[in-house]
Amino acid sequence: MNNILNQIGIENYIFLCVILFCIGVFGVLYRRNAIIVFMSIEIMLNAVNLLFVAFSTYHQDAQGQVFVFFSMAVAAAEVAVGLAILVSIFRSIGSIDIDNLKNLKG
Amino acid sequence: MDTSLALVLVLSPFAGFLLNVFFGKQLGKTASGVLGTLAVVVSFVATLLVFLNLQTTGKAVSVPLFDWIQLQAITIKFGFLFDQLSVLWLLFVTGIGSLIHLYSISYMHDDENMHKFFAYLNLFVFFMITLVVGSNLVVMFIGWEGVGLCSYLLIGFWHSNQEYNDAAKKAFIMNRIGDLGLLIGIFILGSLFSTLDFAGLQTALAGGAPSALLSIAALALFIGACGKSAQIPLYTWLPDAMAGPTPVSALIHAATMVTAGIFMITRMHFLFDLAPEVQTIIAIVGAATALLAATIGLFQNDIKKVLAYSTVSQLGLMFLALGLGAYQVAVFHVITHAFFKACLFLGSGSVIHALHGEQDMRNMGGLKKAMPITFMTMLVSSLAIAGIFPLAGFWSKDEILLTAFHHNIALWVVGSVASIMTAFYMFRLMYLTFFTTFRGTEEQEKHLHESPTLITFPLIVLAILAALGGAINLPGSTWLNHYLAPLFQAEEAEHALGTLEYSLMGVALAGGIFGILWARRQFITQKSLPKPDEQMEGFAKVVYHKYYVDEAYMRLIVNPINSASRFFRDTVETSLSAVVFGLAKVTLALGAQGRKVHNGNTGLYLFAFVLGVIALITYLFIVQ
Repeated sequence: MNNILNQIGIENYIFLCVILFCIGVFGVLYRRNAIIVFMSIEIMLNAVNLLFVAFSTYHQDAQGQVFVFFSMAVAAAEVAVGLAILVSIFRSIGSIDIDNLKNLKG
Repeated sequence: MDTSLALVLVLSPFAGFLLNVFFGKQLGKTASGVLGTLAVVVSFVATLLVFLNLQTTGKAVSVPLFDWIQLQAITIKFGFLFDQLSVLWLLFVTGIGSLIHLYSISYMHDDENMHKFFAYLNLFVFFMITLVVGSNLVVMFIGWEGVGLCSYLLIGFWHSNQEYNDAAKKAFIMNRIGDLGLLIGIFILGSLFSTLDFAGLQTALAGGAPSALLSIAALALFIGACGKSAQIPLYTWLPDAMAGPTPVSALIHAATMVTAGIFMITRMHFLFDLAPEVQTIIAIVGAATALLAATIGLFQNDIKKVLAYSTVSQLGLMFLALGLGAYQVAVFHVITHAFFKACLFLGSGSVIHALHGEQDMRNMGGLKKAMPITFMTMLVSSLAIAGIFPLAGFWSKDEILLTAFHHNIALWVVGSVASIMTAFYMFRLMYLTFFTTFRGTEEQEKHLHESPTLITFPLIVLAILAALGGAINLPGSTWLNHYLAPLFQAEEAEHALGTLEYSLMGVALAGGIFGILWARRQFITQKSLPKPDEQMEGFAKVVYHKYYVDEAYMRLIVNPINSASRFFRDTVETSLSAVVFGLAKVTLALGAQGRKVHNGNTGLYLFAFVLGVIALITYLFIVQ
């Protein structure tokens, strides 16, 4: 473990995570399909998880990994709820394009 | 005497009130009237028992009921006190009250709300009894407010007439001004002595020295008395109070309620004895009221208004006596005045009844033949109030004038002039009403009739009392003075009847006869009639309009208050609400702008969310 990290270097992990996070952000901003938006959010989440794990190893401290487990559990629950909402939206308006979701207008 | 008798005495009229309120309508008119009358008669009988008991034992009876208000510094008990003064008051309140209830059965028979009338009347008697027998100032205050309430209800009894409602409100509001004075007085006394019991206060004040605070308390109490007993400057409500049915005028606004101020001052005499400067004020106010009201009475044309101003004037004489420290003299005049003034009011009611509501004396005249009993009883009472020997008014008024003479010649002159005027206006009333020929319409003339027995009987009883009532305190056999002696420790030596006293009596009598003859010359010999309202001029016009006192009050007090409230409503409140409403409007406008962001476009929400995250990160990692 230690060797791999030393070989690759912590900076690369950080760059990867930033790139992944930005992909997620742009996915959220540019895509109109709710499932893809959802996936982009997951990418952002996992970019952060990855960073957690990398730093945990870098610091030789298990706390970061424990945190990731929690975060994954929460993410699983969130996905379940989010997908259920998407299913019911699709059933009611026949589309999951977020531009069609105007009923929340204030 | 036991508690149950006291409770029967006090609560019987209240029971009558409750029954009349809840069942009066079903009972029917006569039954409701009889019920109301019986309730007061029961009180009267109980009072007689208490009176006889008091006569034999000579000891005042106190009936404590329960502790009412308990505070750290002061405990106020609820209890009754039956001493010479309160029993005396009870006697004529319930006695005359019974007669007037009896009279009302016939007088109010055509009114559809008769049960309501008797309910109010009973409630009044209940509160009046409470006022009189209360063992401390606070219980007395309950009665004091209660009679004010009943007075308001009864003045405005015919509430479909807006003028009557205004008169009722005027009476209520003016009394409130006085009541505030009374309350302030009570508060001062309570904070000074930590007791409000009459007995406790008397002990606390016995042998005390005059002090500024005591004088203020006495003055405050006197202001209360001014309101209730219609003295300058709070007298203007009483003449307007004549809007009420005539029995009300007789009971409340002549015989009983308006004497509450005199009762209270007599009750608190130990306080007023320590405030000589307040006593001087009382005497001067009393004399001024007596004179002012008497002059106004000279030119009034409404039969009840004449009697109303006469009442104010007589009350002024009583206050004159109070101010001179001659409490028993004032009490004596209260009693005789209750007799003859109740009789006069009831008599005027009988006249008004016969004329179907006509109250203007210019449209009366010649009623002597048609209404002999009313005429005779009113004649006796008029002679009594004019102070003609040997009727009741002669003795009581004479004693007041005698006392005034011994203290201050100027007060005696004012009192005597007021008395001569009294004789004049009373006989002006008698001549205009009963003598010469009838001046009303033919229709009215055809229906002229003597009133039924229920009306004439109280008149006869009261006339007999007005004739003989002076006997309770004739010079020489002074029953009343002896009866009241336990109350006033510092009893003055009775004036010996010397030449001076006899000549003063002679002067008073001559004055009374002069007044009568003056009226006779004007209205019988010259047959002159009061002019119609618009032809009055000069002094007569000023007096007829009551010296424009009402108008002055309107200008000086009511209008400024009205314009102040208008100012507060239109300017202050408007600007304050402009600020409040302005804030609300700004918030609404901001909200309307904010709504536009929530357009339901999820993409925009996401964009805003990302922007927010970027802003957060920028702040956390770059700015910091």
